[in-house]
Amino acid sequence: MMRFSTLIKYPADWMTGANADNSVVLTSRIRLARNLRDEPFPGWATREQRAATLEELRPAVEGLAPMKDGFSQTLSDLSSVQKQVLVERHLISREHAARGDGSAAVIERRQMYSLMLNEEDHLRMQAIRPGLELREAYEGLSALDDELAQALPYAFDPKLGYLTTCPTNLGTGLRASAMLHLPGLVLSDQIGQVLQAVNKIGLAVRGIYGEGTESLGNLYQISNQSTLGESEDTIIRRLERVISQVAEHERNAREKLLEDDPDMVADKIGRAYGVLRHAWVIDSKEALNHVSLLRLGSDLGFFTNDTMRLADALLMDIQPAHLQLHSGRKLSPEERDAIRAEIIRSRLHSLPPPDIRPTTRNGDNPNTPETSGDA
Amino acid sequence: MKKVCLCESCAQERGVTDPTGFSLADALLGGMPGQKTVVTQTHAPVTAGGGKQCPACGFTLEDLRRVRRFGCSECYKTFNDELTGILRGMHKGSLHVGKVPKGLMEQQVRDQRLEELRARLDQAVAAENYEEAAGLRDEIRQIELHTGISG
Repeated sequence: MMRFSTLIKYPADWMTGANADNSVVLTSRIRLARNLRDEPFPGWATREQRAATLEELRPAVEGLAPMKDGFSQTLSDLSSVQKQVLVERHLISREHAARGDGSAAVIERRQMYSLMLNEEDHLRMQAIRPGLELREAYEGLSALDDELAQALPYAFDPKLGYLTTCPTNLGTGLRASAMLHLPGLVLSDQIGQVLQAVNKIGLAVRGIYGEGTESLGNLYQISNQSTLGESEDTIIRRLERVISQVAEHERNAREKLLEDDPDMVADKIGRAYGVLRHAWVIDSKEALNHVSLLRLGSDLGFFTNDTMRLADALLMDIQPAHLQLHSGRKLSPEERDAIRAEIIRSRLHSLPPPDIRPTTRNGDNPNTPETSGDA
Repeated sequence: MKKVCLCESCAQERGVTDPTGFSLADALLGGMPGQKTVVTQTHAPVTAGGGKQCPACGFTLEDLRRVRRFGCSECYKTFNDELTGILRGMHKGSLHVGKVPKGLMEQQVRDQRLEELRARLDQAVAAENYEEAAGLRDEIRQIELHTGISG
C-alpha cells in the first residue's frame, strides 16, 4: 500500500486542472452514501461494533481494482496535520477527520476516488474530476459501487432506496457538486442574483468553508439537496444544466467587464500580482482573494497560459495544514502567514507582470487604445 | 435563506467548518456531527419509557427527536410513522426511483414473479383446476431450485 508522503507528493489531475477547461468550473464531485444492513450506523455503534464493521468493509474496499496500490489508513494512525491535509484536499471530510477509532480512509493513488469508512455512514465514496465532468465522475464511482454491492450486504429498501444515517441523504445517497470560480459575477455585482436563482430551484450554494453568498477567493460550490424521488441521472442532468448556465454567465461577465471597464480589471489584477509578488506576511483569506484574481487574469490573457495551473496549485498549497506539512512542524498562525508569503513569492518569482493589454480568448483586444503610440 | 459572509476563522467560530459543504443540511437539521452514543442495551423491548424503541439497535424516539438521525437501517421500519413528517419538504419525492444495488434487482424481479405465481396457484387450487395448479407448482419449484430458495 502507498505511503502518506507518496500520496501527497503528487497532486491529482483535478487539483491542477490538467486536461480540462477548468477556468470557471474547477472540479466536479460525486459522493455516494452506503450502509451495511445488519450493523448499527457509525454514530450509534459501540466501539466494538464499529471495529467489526470496519473489518467487513475494509477488505472489500481495498480489493477494488482502482484501489490497488492505493493509500489505506485508519484515522487513528494519522497525525492531526496529516488528517487536516486530507481535508484540505477534499479527500476526507472534516467530520471523518474528527473520528478516530474504527474509521479509515482508502484513497486511490491518483486521488480521483476516495472512500471514507465509518464516517457518518458506513461508507462514503467519492469521485473528483477536473472541470465539469459530473456524469463521468458518477459513472466511474457507480461502477465501484456495483462491485461493492456484490460483496457487501447494503442497507436498501425498495421504497426508500439506500438507507442512510441522516434522512437528508436517503434514496440515492447521491450528492453531486461542482466548485465554481465566479470573480466576473462578483465584480459585476451579479452574484447575488445568480445564486438566489440557483437556490430557488432547490440547489444548495456554499463557499468553500461553509454557508454564505460571499466566499473566499470567489469560489462557490453548487450541489443538489434532494436525494429521494429522483433518479441519479435526473439529479446530475439538472445540476449540469444549471452549472453550465452559471458558467456561461460568468464567462459573459468576464468579457463584459473587460470591455466596459478594462482599467478597473487591470488595476485589480495588477494589484493582486503586486501583493502576491512582494508580500512578506499574508493570511489565508487575503492570499486566496489575490490568487483568485491571478486566475481571472490568466483566463483573460493578462498572464501566460500556465499561470492558471500555478494559481490552482497555490490554492491547495497555501492552506494551513499543507504549510505545516511543507515545513515539517507545527506552526503558529503568524509563522504560517510568513511561510505562506514566502511560498507564493518563490512560486511567482519568474512570472512576468500582467500584460495590461491582454488578448482575450476570442482574439479581441478590448484594451487596445483607439490610436497607437500613446505610450 | 439568511445570507452570511464567513471567512475561515469566522466559519470555524460558528461551527460551519466543513469545506466539503456536504454536511450543511445535516447541520441545519440540528444534528450533532461526530456525536457518539454507546448502546449498552441492544434488542431492547419495543416500548421503553412510553416511547418507541428500535428492536435491533435500541434507538429511541427521543434519540431521533434529538439528533434527527437513525441508529440503524431497521430504525426506518420502527420509526416509519415519524419518517413521513421528517421527509416532508426535505426531498423532491417520497419514493426511490434511482439505482438498485446490483444483484438485488434480479432478486426483486424473481420475488415478484414468485408472488404472482403463488397467487395464481392459490386461485387455481380454489377453482379446482388441478392441471393448471400442477403446472404452476412446477414453475415455482423450478425458480426456487435455481435460486436456492427452499420451500
